Amino acid sequence: MSKLIIDGVSKRFGTTEVLKKIDLEVANGEFVVIVGPSGCGKSTLLRIVAGLEDQTAGRILIGDRDVSLMPPSKRGVAMVFQSYALYPHLTVEGNMTLGLRQARTPKETIAQRLAEAVRILELDPYLKRKPAQLSGGQRQRVAIGRAIVRQPEVFLFDEPLSNLDAALRGQVRIEIADLHRRLGATMVYVTHDQIEAMTLADRIVVLNDGIVQQIGTPSDLYRRPANTFVATFIGSPRMNVLAGRGAGSRVELDEAGSLPTDIVVQGPVTVGVRPNGFDVSADIAEGLVGSLMGEEYLGAESYLHVKMGNGGLAVVQVHPDHGWKIGQKLALRLRPGNLHLFDGQTGKRLER
Amino acid sequence: MPSARRHLAGEATAHAILIIYTVIALAPVILVVMNSFKSRASIFGQPLVPPGPATFSLIGYATVFKRGNFPHYFENSLIVTIVSLLMIVVFGAMAAFALSEYRFRFNRLTGLYLALGIMIPIRLGTVAILKIMVGLGLADTLLSLILVYTAQGLPLAIYVLSEFMRQVSDDLKNAARIDGLSEYVILFRLVMPVVRPAIATITVFTMVPIWNDLWFPLVLAPGEATKTVTLGAQSFIGQFVVDWNAVLASLTLAIIPVLVLYILFSRQLMRGLTAGAIK
Repeated sequence: MSKLIIDGVSKRFGTTEVLKKIDLEVANGEFVVIVGPSGCGKSTLLRIVAGLEDQTAGRILIGDRDVSLMPPSKRGVAMVFQSYALYPHLTVEGNMTLGLRQARTPKETIAQRLAEAVRILELDPYLKRKPAQLSGGQRQRVAIGRAIVRQPEVFLFDEPLSNLDAALRGQVRIEIADLHRRLGATMVYVTHDQIEAMTLADRIVVLNDGIVQQIGTPSDLYRRPANTFVATFIGSPRMNVLAGRGAGSRVELDEAGSLPTDIVVQGPVTVGVRPNGFDVSADIAEGLVGSLMGEEYLGAESYLHVKMGNGGLAVVQVHPDHGWKIGQKLALRLRPGNLHLFDGQTGKRLER
Repeated sequence: MPSARRHLAGEATAHAILIIYTVIALAPVILVVMNSFKSRASIFGQPLVPPGPATFSLIGYATVFKRGNFPHYFENSLIVTIVSLLMIVVFGAMAAFALSEYRFRFNRLTGLYLALGIMIPIRLGTVAILKIMVGLGLADTLLSLILVYTAQGLPLAIYVLSEFMRQVSDDLKNAARIDGLSEYVILFRLVMPVVRPAIATITVFTMVPIWNDLWFPLVLAPGEATKTVTLGAQSFIGQFVVDWNAVLASLTLAIIPVLVLYILFSRQLMRGLTAGAIK
């Protein structure tokens, strides 16, 4: 059963089309992350689901009700904002209960839900404080608490971690994942950070230019990206993308050499190999040949920057004690099953 | 340390200029207050000397409270000023919220039209306003003054408040919408407290001209029942004889309410004036 259905939603601002016929179904209890570069329309989509923005076309269904024309408060959603958006003149308690009091919820119910949210988020010591007296992480917890007490059908998160510093971001990320597990709630989460998307999501929706590029589990997206955009957007460091030409059971990369493939293809293709998809060897008789331009040493691993014969640049993950010298000629050999091929024109994934 | 000395010199110059300005600005006020406590002879004999045991006199205040309906004039002034202020702030905030928050056709044009009033003095329309008020049967009522002052104060209020409201976080308003708060509650309970410094600024800047205005009370409401303080003070200025004690006393009394309100708002006012400058 689907909790949230986005049915053919489009959005136009004047003449610019921000969202082009988006379709998405979110199952009950699912954690869906919408990810994309800034300006791809992901926040607009979330705001349309919340009812803060009107769609130009299409419908929104939440829990089998068509909520397309309902005001935000009647849709059964709760939203957590990037800037926390706590009411500055209310205490933590006031912030969390305002929505319920507005809906004239009985006092006992409010007290009971508040107590539960406070217990889950460990907000007890801060109940009587004003938002200005809280740290960034605490404020975001209050904002999440405000969402929890409403017991919504769908939680909406709009880049909730972007205002936190790196260390705190990791910690709150784990808290959100934990919260999702414990509440079993349906959540839609918008971010531009693919690491957040990969670590949190049951399913990821990759959005670019107002078009859904791919919907799938994190491992789907990592292993079988539908096009070059998804291939380069998901995964860090990003996938190496090189121009090549299909020639039967091999792909030619001009002076750089050629790679074996089991996809029979002719004509221009885009070759994608992740940094961990190569083995490096000194024997330049086979694979792609290039010279070592630089290195990023990270302790547990190193990334080699290899300039290929055809001018392309490849990043290769190796063991930090590799012993290669800058300027040295290297061969990059493909590990089996690590080659992604995309159509040279459309960028679409080619399958056997 | 030449740089420190130069710094000191610069600060001294700045302070000297400010002190001179303060003296120039305050001198007439001090003169009025000082002389209001003196007898008539000493006002003319030694106008620049503060009241001493020989020259001290409360005759001016006595006249003000005995003759004329001075407390009543005070009441009129207070009613007109406070009601006008309330209407300016409430309607100004509502218009500013609409302009800053909602997308609709002619939004910018409407904003420009409403701001036009800042540049065109309302007194140019005195004759037309008088005709309208007479036609509506509002001549010689406090309501006519309130309406005119509200119209006079709204343009600046809308202009300033809409600029401030644009800076209020969208997320905050959206969070409130999801919590089911109406647009009115969002405006009056969430946005207004955030732009409080701007409201204090508006209040002071519109209050003073209303309180001090002589023109519209004289034209629209000169009757005894509707006289304001500034107009009442004029009654001591005769064609041949001027009761200076009473004039100065009434002017001194007229300063008090403005002063009280200013002190109440001054902290917010400073923040409003310097918003954006500091930070």
